[in-house]
Amino acid sequence: MSDAPVSYAPSGGPDEVCSYEDTVAAYDPVLGLEVHVELGTKTKMFCGCPTEFGADPNTQVCPVCLGLPGALPVVNETGVESAIKIGLALNCEIATWCRFARKNYFYPDMPKNFQTSQYDEPIAFNGWLDVLLEDGSTYRVPIERAHMEEDTGKSTHVGGATGRIHGADYSLVDYNRAGIPLIEIVTKPMTGVGDRAPEIAKAYVGALRDLLRALGVSDVKMEQGSLRCDANVSLRAKVGDDPGSEAQQEVPLGTRTETKNVNSLRSVERAVRYEMTRHAAVLSAGQTIVQETRHWHEDTGVTTSGRVKSDAEDYRYFPEPDLVPIAPDREWVERLRASLPEPPAQRRRRLQETWGFSDLEMRDVVNAGAVELIEATVAAGATPAGARKWWGGELARRANADGRDLGDMGVTPAAIAQLDGLVQSGRLNDSMARQVLDGVLAGEGMPLHVADARGLAVVQDDGALTEAVNTVLAANPDLVDKIRAGKVQAAGALIGQVMKATKGQADAAKVRQLIMDTVAPEQG
Amino acid sequence: MNHDITRASAAELADALGRKEISAVEVTQAHLDRIAAVDGAVHSYLHVDAHGALEAAREVDDRRAAGDDELHVMAGVPIAVKDVMTTKGLPTTCGSRILEGWIPPYDATLVTKLRAAGMPILGKTNMDEFAMGSSTEHSAYGPSRNPWDLDRIPGGSGGGSSSVIASFQAPLAIGTDTGGSIRQPAAVTGTVGTKPTYGGVSRYGLVALASSLDQAGPCARTVLDTALLHAVIGGYDPRDSTSIHAPVPQVVRAAQRADVSGMRIGVVKQLTGEGYQAGVQQRFDEAVALLVDAGAQVVEVDCPNFQYALAAYYLILPSEASSNLAKFDAMRYGLRVGPDGIPDPSAEQVMAASRDAGFGDEVKRRIILGTYALSSGYYDAYYGQAQKVRRLIAQDFDRAFAQADVLVSPTAPTTAFRVGEKLDDVMAMYLNDVATIPANLAGIPGMSVPSGLAPEDGLPTGLQILAPAMADDRLYAVGAALERALHAKWGGPLLANAPELPTAATKEA
Ligand SMILES: [Zn+2]
Repeated sequence: MSDAPVSYAPSGGPDEVCSYEDTVAAYDPVLGLEVHVELGTKTKMFCGCPTEFGADPNTQVCPVCLGLPGALPVVNETGVESAIKIGLALNCEIATWCRFARKNYFYPDMPKNFQTSQYDEPIAFNGWLDVLLEDGSTYRVPIERAHMEEDTGKSTHVGGATGRIHGADYSLVDYNRAGIPLIEIVTKPMTGVGDRAPEIAKAYVGALRDLLRALGVSDVKMEQGSLRCDANVSLRAKVGDDPGSEAQQEVPLGTRTETKNVNSLRSVERAVRYEMTRHAAVLSAGQTIVQETRHWHEDTGVTTSGRVKSDAEDYRYFPEPDLVPIAPDREWVERLRASLPEPPAQRRRRLQETWGFSDLEMRDVVNAGAVELIEATVAAGATPAGARKWWGGELARRANADGRDLGDMGVTPAAIAQLDGLVQSGRLNDSMARQVLDGVLAGEGMPLHVADARGLAVVQDDGALTEAVNTVLAANPDLVDKIRAGKVQAAGALIGQVMKATKGQADAAKVRQLIMDTVAPEQG
Repeated sequence: MNHDITRASAAELADALGRKEISAVEVTQAHLDRIAAVDGAVHSYLHVDAHGALEAAREVDDRRAAGDDELHVMAGVPIAVKDVMTTKGLPTTCGSRILEGWIPPYDATLVTKLRAAGMPILGKTNMDEFAMGSSTEHSAYGPSRNPWDLDRIPGGSGGGSSSVIASFQAPLAIGTDTGGSIRQPAAVTGTVGTKPTYGGVSRYGLVALASSLDQAGPCARTVLDTALLHAVIGGYDPRDSTSIHAPVPQVVRAAQRADVSGMRIGVVKQLTGEGYQAGVQQRFDEAVALLVDAGAQVVEVDCPNFQYALAAYYLILPSEASSNLAKFDAMRYGLRVGPDGIPDPSAEQVMAASRDAGFGDEVKRRIILGTYALSSGYYDAYYGQAQKVRRLIAQDFDRAFAQADVLVSPTAPTTAFRVGEKLDDVMAMYLNDVATIPANLAGIPGMSVPSGLAPEDGLPTGLQILAPAMADDRLYAVGAALERALHAKWGGPLLANAPELPTAATKEA
């Protein structure tokens, strides 16, 4: 949920933190992640208003999503279908009968002062998602539930130092977002994660993002808020070195905090890591963790105290009387199950086999977020090895250095396929291909165009090359004799000289061929 | 046709309009004149839209003159609408200060249907604030009066809609019934009112009191008129998820045939006898005897769980109301006041101050009750238990309808009480609805028809008819049969006995 009722604690100084090593040496972390996904339906969850992002404020509203007196909601069937697909993809059970419920609290960005959500009757429950970690192992994230709800409007607090309602001069509310369908996916407490907690959190959100994208139910753009993550973290005393041990599981859970606003994969990892080290500092000092909402600050990499969240917080849930129960037809559910795309993990195994990558190569490709890009590049005609070389190597390095997503580098799979084709055909050698890529990244056009414009091509003219070879051979009779005497490795020095003479534009294999044909034709 | 236009029934008006004996403008103007003359004394209307009504009437006349054969049979028959239905361009206050000055940007579905049928909307009628009450005394704009005795209440919450037709200020009116707000006002004013099957008339644009109980319906002076209006407003609406996807029952035909021969009529043991005023009980018994004369059989049915209906109702209604009324927070529309003595108030402080100033005591009482009943730790004991009672009551009805085609009872335990008489006795006020509430809890249709005047006070009494869900036509068969027998007995309609009202003209004289 967006910020619910008020009462913000005054912001104090920066919190003390422990080192990560000390934290995981003394404590066993337990994670819980709540992910909100905005569905990509054309219309809102309970009315016919469009859902496009970025429209002028309050232009995509009607009596229903403004909560005007008398207006009534009608369920968006596509929203329900997406929810069921998500539930199925997360290996959940799908409710045979469920209802919406009202979550009651007052906040200006919520037009009805209740949110239409689901409470004790979610559409999907009790599932799991396997996520692949960097070392190639798999962690099975237990899924508690996935339920449907509507988004709130968006408040902008003007004036004041913090950009929050506390201390603001006035607030503006945009209801375009109010009523956009959301699916909230809640994990069960994730135990046995140990020092890999931050990595697992990031891997889970990343895997979820891939899954949702593959399902085609959301554009999952974290930067636009269509996928939002709240991270619950708690620490408990560590027992032995195995976080999965029975003895460890018997230790009661510590008090948790809920960090909101974690809106990139990198932030998920950082925020979990930060909260772990902050909890450790508090606990090590003999103090207790306050159960509260924390706000994540991307710029400074810290969390600050939000509102204190007690268990007694009372939303007075009750079944939404304006909507009839949802009883998804079993045949429909099975049809949706049959229509699900291949799960990403299974798909990866299949692609690895098809492409002939080693485990290590595949892991690098997955970690680089390059699977889809390589798939598209191969589909555009590239060799799998070539596609991997570019996306998993050169481009991944550059993306990493710039802190950008591989997909946002400004180069398309089609361009990489063309580049690979130029290399495969012998038109470009490696160093030329890298120069061409520079040109493509600089916006000079497709690789063929860049290569032409920059005059980059391996010399293919046998006449010119033969002349260069003959010149070098004539200048090095001693080396020629050595080759004739059977010391074939002496050709290396001759090849080097020819390459130098042709300013690197010759195909080295071709040069070797010409040299061998001239010096020792019978061995050619 | 009766030559006093305002005394004519809607059916008579529709007939005369269709035969071009009168114009829609004449009919509308006659009612506007009547409003000007008597509404100062009765106070049925919160807002009169003379301009809009005449405009709509003129359009009907123009279309009829042009030979438009698409005109609805009710075109030109004017109507008054309870102020709880949204009307585009017309104020909609729900009888509350908190909505003073709010003009909805959209029409309720049933208002759209009225406009499409060419029925001029005379204005919006008074009601207890957000339909919470049985007398209109909880209207923020002052009570309406009972045309039979201006010192008495016209029932509630729809006392504006009952008094408006009983005082001939409109031939038809729209009411809403959450626990009896159409039927009890009809009973105490000698008029007819139907609460249709839940989902039979769209709730889109009905400002919700309790979503699972609210139902809009027709109010009129005769059973046939009530049926004609029911047919206009009924039917499936894709904007209301709880609306029933089925044709409107044949209510007009049932009202015209008025046939109860062979029908089994069940008298509900729990809704007669003790607690009912003697004259109310007497007129009820006489009416049942008339139905037997008309060919019906009478059986007694037992509905043991009805004793819990009032308690369950006063948990479910406030619970839903506390949530439905949360939207009135001064942020987007309606009354906004700043809290006293706070120079730079927060949004929450403005919300609290506005709700404090904008809601009346009864509304606050029910919001507090409902908020409490839904609170964690109390939910199961209150809201949860009430829902169980609701299921038991529905089961009682199922068993009763296996024995009888319709059920009957007195509509209200007493005749109209005096203004102010029960205002301080909340339980006495709530008990007014003891016979009408079970139908709302079960979602079944109910009607009140006049059964006579109580001998002890000369005030109207009503008989309630209940039928299974989507068997609304049975109400009209029984109601029309009883009406026919009683009119024969009385030599005309009950309202012919109502006293003349002081008019603005006579007051001046
Ligand atoms: Zn909308």
